[in-house]
Amino acid sequence: MKILVCITNVPDTTAKITFTDNDTKLNKAGIPYIIGPYDDYALARGVELKEQTGGSLTVLHVGEADADPQIRKALAIGADDAIRINADPLDSYFTAFQIAQVAKPGTYDLILMGRESIDYNSGVVHGLVGEMLGIASYSPVMKLEITGSTATLSREIDGGKEVLQAPLPLVLGCQEPIAEWKIPNMRGIMTARTKPLQVLEPVALEELTTPQKYTLPTPKGACKMIPASEAGTLIRLLQTEAKVL
Amino acid sequence: MSVLIYVELDNGSIKKTSLEAVAFGSKVAEKIGEKAVVLAIGHAASAELEKAGNYGASKVLHAADAKLTHENAMAYADVLVQAASQESSKVIILAKSGLGDALAARAAAKLKAGIVSGVTALPEIGDSFQVTRSIFTGKAFATTEIKSDIKILVVRKNAIEIDDSPVSTVQAEITAFTPPLRDEDFQASVSKVEKASSELSLTEAEIIVSGGRGMKGPENWQPLIDLAKALGAATGCSKPVSDLDWRPHHEHIGQTGIKVAPNLYIACGISGAIQHLAGVNGSKCIVVINKDPEAPFFKAADYGIIGDVFEILPKLTEAAKSLK
Ligand SMILES: Cc1cc2nc3c(=O)[nH]c(=O)nc-3n(C[C@H](O)[C@H](O)[C@H](O)COP(=O)(O)OP(=O)(O)OC[C@H]3O[C@@H](n4cnc5c(N)ncnc54)[C@H](O)[C@@H]3O)c2cc1C
Ligand SMILES: Nc1ncnc2c1ncn2[C@@H]1O[C@H](COP(=O)(O)O)[C@@H](O)[C@H]1O
Repeated sequence: MKILVCITNVPDTTAKITFTDNDTKLNKAGIPYIIGPYDDYALARGVELKEQTGGSLTVLHVGEADADPQIRKALAIGADDAIRINADPLDSYFTAFQIAQVAKPGTYDLILMGRESIDYNSGVVHGLVGEMLGIASYSPVMKLEITGSTATLSREIDGGKEVLQAPLPLVLGCQEPIAEWKIPNMRGIMTARTKPLQVLEPVALEELTTPQKYTLPTPKGACKMIPASEAGTLIRLLQTEAKVL
Repeated sequence: MSVLIYVELDNGSIKKTSLEAVAFGSKVAEKIGEKAVVLAIGHAASAELEKAGNYGASKVLHAADAKLTHENAMAYADVLVQAASQESSKVIILAKSGLGDALAARAAAKLKAGIVSGVTALPEIGDSFQVTRSIFTGKAFATTEIKSDIKILVVRKNAIEIDDSPVSTVQAEITAFTPPLRDEDFQASVSKVEKASSELSLTEAEIIVSGGRGMKGPENWQPLIDLAKALGAATGCSKPVSDLDWRPHHEHIGQTGIKVAPNLYIACGISGAIQHLAGVNGSKCIVVINKDPEAPFFKAADYGIIGDVFEILPKLTEAAKSLK
């Protein structure tokens, strides 16, 4: 089985976000970057399935060279090779289009992604890629087993979950508890250095959306403290002052 | 031409977030001088669909083919695109949810439309079409120009204020919509559906009472559930709580769980780690109960009580009961 795992390169979840160039660019200075947490789940399950079925696993990232350490980490975790499309992915359609060029019909049996990226997070790239390739997509997937050419998956639906069987190929957006995050071991790190990382230029596409400006939320006012002994008065304040009851 | 709004049905009723989407779409339609058309897929009574008229829609297309009873993003997207083509829709609006995003994405690929998900306010429409959306899990906003001819917006809860009183007295015309369906969209077979139908859904809830590791164990959840009941609230939890199986996984709120945007979020014994805040920073009002005055959650809160949750929760429940 041939598996493709699409990963993002995102600021660490605890990073403080600021902007530069008159609020038109993310200020990347001093921000630690990580593989998107949901993509990490997709990668972990991908590696397990590859080992089970004796297949191969390629990681794909649409982004610039500063993502290479994260791509190497994915190789150290167990991917066989990597592809990076050299572009700044600011539009979901553009990103999906580039992924679809690599994942042309017949190339991969299973395309695993995260439920959503946590930077310009939207949760739409899997659906876009699925439609571009003319195959089904499901998200968020919490359990995944493959038997032959059929996937059995459990996914979250509003207020519950469902189990379904679908034929491959599929595009899936993953979330925990699909697998436990994997940490690269020493051997993985060593072999990752020599695994192939192919850099491709993007296929031209007219721009459908363009970010213009970034803003930060207005800071919260001070928190109003209520003494524990008068806890009950909180309810009245929520009704009369905050007007949320 | 028109603005097309997809409404999500839950047990035959239009979801609250979808009614917001209708109000949002009607405002967009007004701005560009078009009519607002609604598409509903699945089973619903006409009386229920007429509600869309109260929020500004002039017409409701109802696709009720039995094959569409079950949530299916592939088939639904196909229906959506056929509706958009029939109504010459230039803007398509959906409420943000797993299904909303999947449908919007697949429709965008079919229509080569610019898609922006997580929209937090009405678009600015002038020489260009600009929308603002939430990015970095609520830590910032981006204003984005959509340049494509057809534009798809996936709208977050609370992007527009709606009240329960009708904004329009125009009767929406309900029409059956029966586009051809494609066999290839029905290849999956569903073997099990577990739906906690009695529970309020977290993404729709106006009030959420949520517990963290400070609740000390699953056996201690009753006081929290009692408060939720008294307030008509849904219950949520932090990640460690669901990891420890104290509460079901679908209650887990935060960066790696569900993102919620209620009017009121009451956090009980949750420290307020940044990954948890990422799931709740869309809330209008946040209350934090924590015995540690240094708990970071207080910085993100509107109201705080420093103290033991087990002493405070019953007092709140009592006060909440006497409200009614
Ligand atoms: C990549 C990543 C993703 C993550 N995603 C999420 C996520 O989506 N959601 C999430 O919640 N977490 C997430 N986390 C975990 C997060 O960092 C925190 O560890 C977690 O939110 C802490 O949960 P807690 O507040 O329940 O527990 P704790 O941090 O242990 O806090 C318990 C709190 O309860 C208080 N307390 C104890 N006893 C009492 C009492 N009797 N009365 C009142 N207060 C009391 C304590 O003072 C303390 O503040 C993520 C972490 C990572 C690294
Ligand atoms: N730039 C990218 N490169 C590779 N994969 C991506 C990229 N952006 C998004 N994805 C994949 O698509 C998933 C959903 O992303 P999004 O729609 O942006 O929330 C992510 O979890 C990734 O698996």
